[in-house]
Parts: sequence; C-alpha cells; structure tokens
Amino acid sequence: MNKKDIILAGVGGQGILSIAAVIGYAAVQSGLYLKQAEVHGMSQRGGDVQSHLRISENEIASDLIPQGKADMIISVEPMESLRYLPFLHKNGWLITNSKPFINISNYPDEESILKEIKSITNHVILDAETMAKDLGSARAANMVILGAAIPFLELDFEKLREGVKFLFGKKGEDLVTLNVNALKAGRKITEEKIKKKSEKV
Amino acid sequence: MQKLLLLGDEAIAQGGIDAGMSGIYAYPGTPSTEITEYVKASKEAKEKGISANWGANEKTAAEAALGMSYAGKRAMVCMKHVGLNVAADPFINSAITGANGGMIYVVADDPSMHSSQNEQDSRFFGKFAMIPVLEPSNQQEAYDMVHYGFELSEKFETPVLMRLTTRLAHSRAGIERKEPRKQNKYKIPEDLKQFILLPVIARQRYKKLLQSQEAFAKESQKSPYNSYTDGKDKSLGIVACGLAYNYLYENYPGRKVSHPVVKVGQYPLPYKLIDKVYEECDELLVLEDGYPVVEEMLKGFLDKGKKIHGRLDGYIPRDGELNPNIVGEALGFEKTRGNEVPSIVAKRPPSLCKGCPHIDSFLGLNEALEPHGKGRVFSDIGCYTLGALPPYNGINTCVDMGASITMAKGAADAGMFPAIAVIGDSTFTHSGITGLLDAVNDKSNITVVILDNYTTGMTGGQPSSAFERIENICKGVGVEEDHVRVIKPLKKHHEENTAIFKEEIAYKGVSVIIAKRECIQTLNKRMRAKVKDKKK
Repeated sequence: MNKKDIILAGVGGQGILSIAAVIGYAAVQSGLYLKQAEVHGMSQRGGDVQSHLRISENEIASDLIPQGKADMIISVEPMESLRYLPFLHKNGWLITNSKPFINISNYPDEESILKEIKSITNHVILDAETMAKDLGSARAANMVILGAAIPFLELDFEKLREGVKFLFGKKGEDLVTLNVNALKAGRKITEEKIKKKSEKV
Repeated sequence: MQKLLLLGDEAIAQGGIDAGMSGIYAYPGTPSTEITEYVKASKEAKEKGISANWGANEKTAAEAALGMSYAGKRAMVCMKHVGLNVAADPFINSAITGANGGMIYVVADDPSMHSSQNEQDSRFFGKFAMIPVLEPSNQQEAYDMVHYGFELSEKFETPVLMRLTTRLAHSRAGIERKEPRKQNKYKIPEDLKQFILLPVIARQRYKKLLQSQEAFAKESQKSPYNSYTDGKDKSLGIVACGLAYNYLYENYPGRKVSHPVVKVGQYPLPYKLIDKVYEECDELLVLEDGYPVVEEMLKGFLDKGKKIHGRLDGYIPRDGELNPNIVGEALGFEKTRGNEVPSIVAKRPPSLCKGCPHIDSFLGLNEALEPHGKGRVFSDIGCYTLGALPPYNGINTCVDMGASITMAKGAADAGMFPAIAVIGDSTFTHSGITGLLDAVNDKSNITVVILDNYTTGMTGGQPSSAFERIENICKGVGVEEDHVRVIKPLKKHHEENTAIFKEEIAYKGVSVIIAKRECIQTLNKRMRAKVKDKKK
C-alpha cells in the first residue's frame, strides 16, 4: 500500500469516529503514518459531520485530503455520502449505508438519492442496519459498513480485528464477536460485488 | 517508544504533563476544550499531582495560571480565540509583569467559524502584548513546543502565547514523547515588586518588555521552528506559517517545493530569513491560516516594494481556513475537484437534541411572547443559540458570553417591552452575573431566562461552575425573591410554564426564570455509566 485517503461521512451522533478508530488502530499497528481530522463542537449536534482519515507508508503533509484525491468515501448515511463527491478520485469507491437518517424536513426523495449513488461507477450500497440486526444488534451497523470497505483498505484483517477488540473489548467479548462478524458480513458484500464486476469484464 | 495517537489538543496536554507543568486552567471552548479534558482524564497527571481546573471564565483561568507562575511553577491556560478577549486584561498585563515559573497561553483560533462567532487571529494579540508567539505546523511540533515554550518563558521571564487553529486542534497523528521533566520547586519571585503594576513600577516593567523585544527577535532567528529551504525557482518565494506549511508541501509530491520557502513557527518574524527570501525572489506568496497578519507586515502601508501575494490581493480568499486546494490554486496548480455535489443534497444544520430541555423552554417562551410580537429575545453562546433556527426562531441575538442580559437591559432602558434575556447556566456564571447586578441596580424592566441544564453542554458536558447555586446567586445579586422562579421544562408542564413566563414578563422590574432540567446528553451518559457499574 502506498496511501489511502478516506472520507468518513455521517450525521453527528452516528459514530463515524468508531470506524476511524478501528482503521486508525490497524494502520498504526501496521507501522503506517496516519492523520485524522475530526469535527468537534457545534456540528456534532445532529449536523453533517465528516472526518478526513489518511494513512500512508510515507509521512503525511496535510491533515485535510485534497479534492479529487480521496480513495474512498465511507458513509453511514446515503445523502451524506454524496456531500463529499468533490473529494472522491475518479477511480475512487463510494461505500455507503442505504438507510437514511432523517432529521430535516426537506430530506430529498430516497429514490433520487439511490439513483445518484448508483450513477457513481464504483459504489457499494448496503442496508447495514438490517444486516447488523440479523447478526444481533443494529448498533453494529457501523462495522458492517467498515467491513464493506475492507477490500479497498489493504490492511491486514487480523489488525482490524484487534482494532475492534481494542475499541469494544472493555464492553465484553460478546460485543467484540458481534462487531467482528459485522466486519465479515460487510466484507462479503463487497467481495461479491467485485467478483461480479470482474466477471462482466 | 511507541507513538501516541493524539489530537493536536491532546498533544499539547501531554506536552504539558511531560514538560513539568504543575497546573492547567481553562474555560471550555471549541476547539480548545480537549486540552484540559485530556489532563483531567490522565492518570499520569493525577499521579504527578498536576492541578487541572475549569475556571468560571477565561479571565479567572488566566489569572490563576499567572498566580501559579508567580509561585515559581509552570502553568498553562487554555481557551478558544474569543476567550482571549475575555482574558485580554490579564493577558496584556502579564506581559508587563512577566512570568516567574514558565507560563503558556494556549489559544485555539477557529478560521471558517466552525463553532464560533468570528475568526479573529490571536497572533495579533501576541503582537499587541509584545510577547513571543509559537505556532505549530503539526501535532509533533505542538507537543514539542510546550517543552520549548516553557523554557522560553523561563529564560526571558515572559508569558508565551501558543496559537493553533481548529484543524490542528482536532486532527490526530502519532506523537513521540520526550523524557519527562520534573516540576519546578515552589519559588516566589526574586523581585517582590515585579508583579505590582503601580505606575511607577509598571513603567520600569514596560521598559524591560520593550528591551526584551530584540532578544525575542534574536531567539526567533535561531528557533528550530523557523527555517529557510532553498528552491530553484526564484520567481516566487513562499512564507508559510504554522499549518499552512503542510498544505504547501501537500502540493509537491516527494515534498520537493521548487521555490524557496521560509517556514514560520515562532514570532516575532525571523528577520534574516524573511529578508533573504525577499532579496532572492522576485515576488512573495504568504500562506497563513487566519488573518493576513504576516502578509500585511511584509507589504507595509505604502506597499512600494516587491509584490507580496496572499489574502489581500485575492491570491487566497480573504476569509476562511486554508486547505491544500486553496494553496495549490494560489501556486497555479490545476484544480483537482471531483464530481460536484448533486443538487438534491440538502443542508443539514446542527439542531437541538431530541429530548433537550431547551426545546420545552423555547416552546413556552415563544407562546408567552406571541401577543408582544417578534424581535425581543436577547440570547447568548451555547447550545440554546440553536433556538435561532426553525422551528423555534426563538432568539434575536448572540454576540458574546453574557451579552444577553446586558443587551436586554440596554434595550429595556430604551423603552423596549418586553426585553427578554435567554442565557445558559454556564454562560451565566461565566459573564452573566455582573450584568444581572447592573439590571438590579438600575431596576431595569427585563426578564432573564436561565436555561439551567447543569452543564456546559455545547463543549461536551463539562461541569457547570455554580451547580445548584443559581437561584441563590440571583437572590444574592438582589433579584426579589418572589421573582426568582424555577420551572421544569417538560412537555407536560407546558401550560404552567407558559403562565409563569407571562407573569414574569408582566412584572415591572428584574425577574428571573430558571428552567432546570439536566442536559439529555449528560443524562444519557450518566445512565449508561450506571448500567455499566451495575454489570460489574
């Protein structure tokens, strides 16, 4: 891996920082450089939030990812995934949850959001809530989405598993297992998608 | 040693812990809050007996830090940029008294106003006070500069200002720690008159500060945080301050900038380095996050020298924080922007949390005010400022900490009725009490609504400094007992609460309504901790 520039997107309170924490842990354990710009303060109150997460073999200059240079957008909310398109590289991937978080009165029509997402060449869209619920708890939806990004991250799965353990270990072994299963479930969706894509080619 | 993954704020905190700091004082304010929170949560800091304190406001915090410095120990005081306005009095005057133990003012500016009402640049304040200013370009420097800053402070017996911006404050990176240093021993100043700013002494102290300017400038010259890197293309020289240095290098793969670059991390500006780049290059580009402080200095009033580019001539937008794209475009690189944001994407502004007590307060107040018409509610800084947004549209001002009460007073003096102030509990104790005293003394016809959610909510739930004492404070200040009313803002009490708002609005004089209910965020946090404890 040379570098991965990742935009994490969501709504304040949805917990995108736990995705960042797991990737960050795995990256640091792999001896990579990392910079991660977060949003604190007013926007956390139900507003749109994003985090710029950069990992690299080489020292990283800017805390912010330049526009058009992100390797992927990982979003826990479908409309929010579109807000950061100016940052996505033309060959980059958009990985997003399909379940909208509606806390504004003018939230757009869901169909038109899906249409926009599907117009991006490289996209993975998944109903992370339902998948997580099937695994035991909707609260693991974040890790399902992170799982779907794994095939593009080029990080060792074991290191990510350790990251999950680091983050959730204090809360019990059950929660660790649930979240690791969530990672695997998400990963499977993307792997299948990639397989189908290569078959088409 | 394993690197620590820390926010810029946390790196400063860890720097303080390792550099022998004995105390940290602050009032919470985005983006500076996490510095003090980190020290408060640190086991190491506790073991070392480091005193970590939330003050009632930035002024009390700064003065406490100055007192610790007087006693010979290393002290840090942290605040957001507008907090330095509140602490300006001790800040400017402590430059005259000088320091005994090392003293650092850490001030986090917020260009682009992510969580603030302006984007003032604290470097101006540093220049105003005539003290050294440090500006880290990354998290490691933020950590290292605390050690360096304390040494600088003690070497020249001066407070030092460390200025950072939101992006560094809230961005994480790996930090390598230094060998921890022991705390200073308690030692009162050798000159027992040093801190007495009677005119006769202040004049001497001020002369000493003026004489120190040359030494400060020399120190900048040899500072490890200021440097000159040569480049082949001398058609343009670049001066990059603090974080802007990273945005510059981001634009050059392999970190090879083709132009000469002066990196600035310590002020006063390093004269010789700036002179060299000016002499060698045809034109200069100044990159700085915040106001065009350096650009203006280099340009000069008459602007008759070489061309200096930056925010003043439109090379860079006049306002807002920098980023790699803005810097890239100023250097003539092509835009790299990806696809545009689809037009269907709607704005998602922050809003009051579901179950927030302020919601019920605003609904009651709005109904009570309906017969009087709009435009009569003076408010303040906190979560409740979000009451300005729909569906509440409940407030008409938000200016500075505490201004709700005093502005309502002024408006009432001008004949406005009703004149309402809406202020949070923490903001009230920060800067509201004195205003209430003014209103009581002048018998101004205002109604003050104190939204008491037992915490400093917007910054993440720090303690409220007069918890359970707000009522007594109001009475103590002289508000009549019958007109200090307490309500519980809940939907089921809506009718009753609205009636109380109406009664107190009708009262001719100062009345206070305290709406008491715990912040939903801290309540949830407390409940989760309770459940966790039970499980154990």
